[in-house]
Amino acid sequence: MSAALAPTAPAAPAERAPLVSWALTQATARRVLAQLRHDPRTIAMMLAVPSVLMILLRYVLNNPMALNRFAPEYIGVFPFVIMFIVAAITTQRERARGTLERLMAMPLGKLDLLAGYAIAFGLVACAQVAVVLIISLTWLGVTVPGSAVPMAVVAVLDAVLGMALGLFASAFARSEFQAVQFMPAFVLPQALLCGLVVARDHMTPVLSWLSDVLPLSYAVDAMQRISASASWTAAMSADVAVILAFTAAALVGGALTLRRRTR
Amino acid sequence: MRLVAGCARGDDFRPWPAGPRLWLNETMAAAEPVARARDLVVRRSGHIILDDLTFSIARGQVTGLLGPSGCGKTTLMRTLVGVQAITKGELSVLGLSAGHPRLRARVGYATQDPAVYTDLTLTENLRYFGTVLGLRGRRLTEAITRTIGQLDLTGLEGRVVGTFSGGQLARVGLAVALLGSPELLVLDEPTVGLDPVLRHDLWTMFHRLADSGATLLVSSHVMDEAARCDYLLFMREGRFLAEAAPREILAQTGAADLEGAFLRLAAHPQAAPQAAPQQAALQEEGQP
Repeated sequence: MSAALAPTAPAAPAERAPLVSWALTQATARRVLAQLRHDPRTIAMMLAVPSVLMILLRYVLNNPMALNRFAPEYIGVFPFVIMFIVAAITTQRERARGTLERLMAMPLGKLDLLAGYAIAFGLVACAQVAVVLIISLTWLGVTVPGSAVPMAVVAVLDAVLGMALGLFASAFARSEFQAVQFMPAFVLPQALLCGLVVARDHMTPVLSWLSDVLPLSYAVDAMQRISASASWTAAMSADVAVILAFTAAALVGGALTLRRRTR
Repeated sequence: MRLVAGCARGDDFRPWPAGPRLWLNETMAAAEPVARARDLVVRRSGHIILDDLTFSIARGQVTGLLGPSGCGKTTLMRTLVGVQAITKGELSVLGLSAGHPRLRARVGYATQDPAVYTDLTLTENLRYFGTVLGLRGRRLTEAITRTIGQLDLTGLEGRVVGTFSGGQLARVGLAVALLGSPELLVLDEPTVGLDPVLRHDLWTMFHRLADSGATLLVSSHVMDEAARCDYLLFMREGRFLAEAAPREILAQTGAADLEGAFLRLAAHPQAAPQAAPQQAALQEEGQP
């Protein structure tokens, strides 16, 4: 009867829709990128801020040895922080404007939405990391023992992890104001505990244990190992596995906290 | 006729792509309501928002949901489109329970605030929502062209929606609801803040859509819009004061206009006209 009433109405979806639809994921990623394209200032900031911070770090340390020691960790952390906040705000905005409710009333899977976001912000993260790495390795004179590829890959994974955690965190924000405050609340404790300030094995047992369960610790750990070894090691693989697991868990958690219906 | 002028091609113009009248005449199923509620209760954080509602919405009609702000209109609409959980009772839409995944492409919903991406262009918005509704390729392009014409947004395709006027923005929200040619259209205060000419054009379009087989539920807190509906649900404090065609309500209350009728009903709720839904649907069917 739907055919007679509305001939152009889309065919009723199959009884059991696939968990993720590639077409809808892709459409969502395109939409998010189109939104960014209309906001050149945001793109400029996302691409430039990590690099500007690295340049600042170079002059603050003003010592090639120290820079070589610390730069890789920061290359892992800056994109993570920026992606966290961008993702948290973007989804909070989607809730506040009602577009999320509209989408939840439409045939869009929750994972389609989150995967679309992950792909769009993942692509932005690639550009962001490319810029910061090129500037660090050429102009700032940071050296890596082996190829720069592992560092680039891990930095992008860190950024995607930040994005996934931001998407998840935004579920607990009732306003954009709260979403902004999640940055210091969720990210700064991790930044203090991840080994950036004090080496993790110098912390008291409680803090060291806390550090072990926080995702950013593994991001920094992986960058430290990459900057210390010319070849890929099993320990790096383990770090990458933990980063990927946290990312997947945050995305699934994000999907679980998205509600189609209000109670 | 400014609204439909965008895509009107003389008598050829049809707001809906085909003539479902055929189907309506072929069967008596038109009497089968599009939505049916029995003892529907919705409670939100301890407050009763919808208080034991039993009603049905007839196919191919414009049903008006009239009542003051805060009376539960939006909650009722959100329940129909499946984004509000039901506390007690039953609600079926197009033969499925409200919120069923298979309804998501068949029910169109426009919220009070436009709920579109203000940082995207009109076409980018429609393209994304159309894709989500399952439209692809030529069908998607056609649906976009059709809705832009229907809502007189021609010429604004490439502009970022955030730069639109309030009235234009409201129509973008409606365009998204119309994109998938849904069988049931749930429109929450679609004419608020629009200029009278535009409002008139929108109501003309609502009736055209209903004539071609769609069912519309349109909410409003402005009583002068009530007379434009085929059937009315008068709502106050989570309950229905009346549920009948405008003529019946006027006849039974003896009021001069619908605003007066609402006031009398609010003062004496027990005298509410309650046309049996089935009967009402058949009556409307019999009309020219």
